Amino acid sequence: MNYKVNFEVEKDDFEKAGEASRKIKKTLKQLGVDNKTIRHIAIAGYEGEMNLAIHSDGGEIILEVSSEKINLTIQDVGPGIPDLDLAMTEGYSTASDKVREMGFGAGMGLPNMEKNADFFEIHSKVGKGTKIQMSFNLK
Amino acid sequence: MKVSELVKQKPFVLLNESVDTNREIETGYVGDLLSWVMANADNGCAWVTIQTHLNTIAVATLLEMACIIIPEDADVEVETIAKATEEGIPIIKTALNAYEVCTFLGNLGIQ
Repeated sequence: MNYKVNFEVEKDDFEKAGEASRKIKKTLKQLGVDNKTIRHIAIAGYEGEMNLAIHSDGGEIILEVSSEKINLTIQDVGPGIPDLDLAMTEGYSTASDKVREMGFGAGMGLPNMEKNADFFEIHSKVGKGTKIQMSFNLK
Repeated sequence: MKVSELVKQKPFVLLNESVDTNREIETGYVGDLLSWVMANADNGCAWVTIQTHLNTIAVATLLEMACIIIPEDADVEVETIAKATEEGIPIIKTALNAYEVCTFLGNLGIQ
């Protein structure tokens, strides 16, 4: 990888949530990545960032760029997802009423990430945390 | 139609006057579920939403929207307007409801 950068995302920090995705987008623009790929990464990155703020105990987003592809890793320190199949189901969400009133919790976060990435893999362990790895091919 | 032309129309008020309004409105989108909007709204759209908190600006910035239109005179937080100005996103308020905004934009030729 030619370029690597980490962004920390704190639990419940809705004010800052979106900052990491914005910085990622800005970085990719500066690197000359095409607009369509940037859109895919912006959507997937934003969903990952919001999931960290809404559901996790805190975590980070890692952006890695090479000449062939862009990797986005979203990982947290807990609490972990008990049923991954259910979590991946469009429309399923465990978000609180307060968060839903803000327009989150549509149950589209993980499916949106999977749809926008060329490669998507999620691992989770209750009590340990969740790690999502995504790749986006550069044409 | 440019944002600057839209805000000259009587029902619309630009809340952050210092922002650049030279951006072309290419289409419109209505929605309050942020993930749904992220997945489906087009770049360059005028986004009609009743959500007025800070995170709407993140969505609008990431999708390079032309502007945000807040219907039914809903109050917009000062922090949201400040962030929108920082990110160069025009925030427009109107007494019209979301449906009326859409018909208005449609009559102006925005498809």
